[in-house]
Amino acid sequence: MARAAVIAQDDHHYTSTGLSSWKVGFWTFIGSECLLFASLISTYLVYKGRSVVGPYPEEILNIPLTSVSTFVLLMSSLAMVLALDGVQRGSRKLSLIWLGGVILLGSAFLGFQAYEFTHFVHEGLTIGTNVFGSSFFVLTGFHGAHVTGGVIWMITLWIMAARGKLAPADSLKVEIAGLYWHFVDIVWIVIFTLVYLIQ
Amino acid sequence: MTGLWSWLTTVDHKRIGVMYFLTSFFFFFVGGLEALLIRIQLMRPENAFISAETYSQMFTMHGTTMVFLVAMPMAVAFFNYVVPLQIGARDVAFPRLNALSFWVFLFGGLFINSSFLFGAAPNTSWVGYANLTSLQFTPGRNVEFWLIGLSILGISSILGGVNFITTIINLRAPGMKLLRMPLFSWMALVTSFLLVTAIPVVAVALILLAFDRFFGANFYEVTAGGDPILWQHLFWLFGHPEVYILILPSFGIISDVIPTFSRKPLFGYPVVVYAGILIGFIGWGVWSHHMFTVGLGPIADSFFVASTMIIAIPTAIKIFNWLATMWGGALRFPPPMLFAVGVVAVFTVGGLSGIMHASAPIDLQQHDSYFVVAHFHYVLVGGALMGLFSGIYFWFPKVTGKLMSESLGKWHFWTTMIGFNLTFFPMHFAGLFGMPRRTWTYQAELNLETWNQLSTVGAFIFGISSLFLVWNLFRSWKKGEAAPANPWDAATLEWSIPSPPPHYNFPVLPKVRSREPLWDEVERAEVEAVTLSEPEHEPEMPSPSFWPLVVALGVVLSWALVMTGVWWAPLLGLALTAFGIFSWAFQPAFR
Repeated sequence: MARAAVIAQDDHHYTSTGLSSWKVGFWTFIGSECLLFASLISTYLVYKGRSVVGPYPEEILNIPLTSVSTFVLLMSSLAMVLALDGVQRGSRKLSLIWLGGVILLGSAFLGFQAYEFTHFVHEGLTIGTNVFGSSFFVLTGFHGAHVTGGVIWMITLWIMAARGKLAPADSLKVEIAGLYWHFVDIVWIVIFTLVYLIQ
Repeated sequence: MTGLWSWLTTVDHKRIGVMYFLTSFFFFFVGGLEALLIRIQLMRPENAFISAETYSQMFTMHGTTMVFLVAMPMAVAFFNYVVPLQIGARDVAFPRLNALSFWVFLFGGLFINSSFLFGAAPNTSWVGYANLTSLQFTPGRNVEFWLIGLSILGISSILGGVNFITTIINLRAPGMKLLRMPLFSWMALVTSFLLVTAIPVVAVALILLAFDRFFGANFYEVTAGGDPILWQHLFWLFGHPEVYILILPSFGIISDVIPTFSRKPLFGYPVVVYAGILIGFIGWGVWSHHMFTVGLGPIADSFFVASTMIIAIPTAIKIFNWLATMWGGALRFPPPMLFAVGVVAVFTVGGLSGIMHASAPIDLQQHDSYFVVAHFHYVLVGGALMGLFSGIYFWFPKVTGKLMSESLGKWHFWTTMIGFNLTFFPMHFAGLFGMPRRTWTYQAELNLETWNQLSTVGAFIFGISSLFLVWNLFRSWKKGEAAPANPWDAATLEWSIPSPPPHYNFPVLPKVRSREPLWDEVERAEVEAVTLSEPEHEPEMPSPSFWPLVVALGVVLSWALVMTGVWWAPLLGLALTAFGIFSWAFQPAFR
């Protein structure tokens, strides 16, 4: 076989759409996560009003307190936007402040959730009490696990920023983390509306 | 690089494809042996060759194995090997993630089969209906092996789906527009979308079951207000798209094989593509036809009757397009074409019986009978598996650089056709005469013996037929004739590079101007000028990595430790997973 010599191209960054593969892949993954939460939320809704013993949602869900924690989580998304801006500008100070803000606000949200869970257990609502307990704890627990994963991710980025390893050229890493963070935030808005507000 | 270590750390899509194939091929024989035990047991009325409990484990593991450990991963083996070559890419978008998908699949498959060592193989059928799977009715570990095994396999499928969607959307060679893509890559794209959307739904069904069994939740507990029908909805919401996950790769394969051996472009190419996409969409709206006997009410039933009948239309479009492609073509019938034509014939039989039980009143009679068993084996064996066989014969020369024996291939095809039809055609009659599915035995007065004996004889012929394939693969791999780059005179990009391909696939990304670049003399010359050329230096490829294997071990350990029932035990596995992920993230992809 005649094999003429050609210069090979190392085009690692060539893509058909011009978009980074990380972005395309991560959006796809978020699509998959949507179906996961949709199934969990549907399960909660299907079981609404079907518990045969209490405590029932209207007796136990604390809307004012959860409004505060929801506000905290929403503000963390604002911090996330500013963190990305900080990284893109190449400001280590702004990156650290706002990534730190995301970590603190995310952790505060988790603190609210931990308080809520222990309080519910004291009130006699566990995962085994009724179908409300089962579907509530699994749904919000899954969301909490996602927030926890996000906080660990943000801590990693914060350490990278502190070591000066988060240059503007690396901003895609923060952007992807941001996609995840905003997604988890939006899921919470749906949960807050369907579980807490519309009883 | 060669040797065991190079395989453990490989991120090359071609090697991962080969590993996927060998693993799924191994499980094919495990699932096949389970089927033969079932057939021996049913050969005579009131037989006691295996116990009722063993029988339950056999049909559960047969179904679970054939769906999750054979048909899906063998299709993924082809996605891995063929898609990057067809679209003109050097690898998939995320090579290390691809390795992770494979290791998670391998460990998940081994985990679920390890249940045999504990005498606790899953025994509540591959659909695992609640609340048979509750602690109350199935107290042993059987269900737990099943639900954890499937959860692990689901992770592999979702990651694989994300990877292939990204690869196909983003790594097509210049000029490879979506509507120039070979049909197999198209169906890989549709299948990947189904994977990333359908798997999370069954994951939730399984997670709820896990919470019920391990942590005392009430999701499927009727006395606490739980509803077993929820399981059926979640399972079939996944389960019906899953049917298309199994069949679409096969449709893709034969849509590439039939034009090749008809020496004609695929008839109505865009329509075949759109029909595939439509099947993917409508596949999401037919799930309750598995639940006509539940009693969902006339409105729900009518909706699902209609949607199920509608989905037959895009499927029939494909069949007519394959026939029209062959019409007037310069037909050749080597083994890949024989199997492709076999799919068209046999799948159509299964499709027709499918339309029969799309009708709710008829389905009420056929539900849970051997008629249904006959139907889905016609579509899944005759449709999915034989399509994969066609793919094996088609791409083997590309993978190994050797030609397969045509005469052994023909023996394989004809024994398969005879064995397959003899096994499953009589099941239609056994079912219509009242034989229920998943029955350990039947009474002599029912007059079902003849049909069952025919099926058993057929199953053994079918079993023996696959030995022709094993021998052919082995012998051709060892001392087959050397294969040229394009042994079939096929039209698509994977045939423009040497057989076997160099590890970087394409020294320079080729430019594509049509759907059949190798069938146009000018374009062929242009493409081959780069694809058959020797680069001055090899393109830089992603480095091997050990971390996907570590992460996979961590994932499997996390799930396996759930079985201890100690709430913090899975954290050990999660710690290993996290360690692996961090090491992975900070290891550069290229060195």
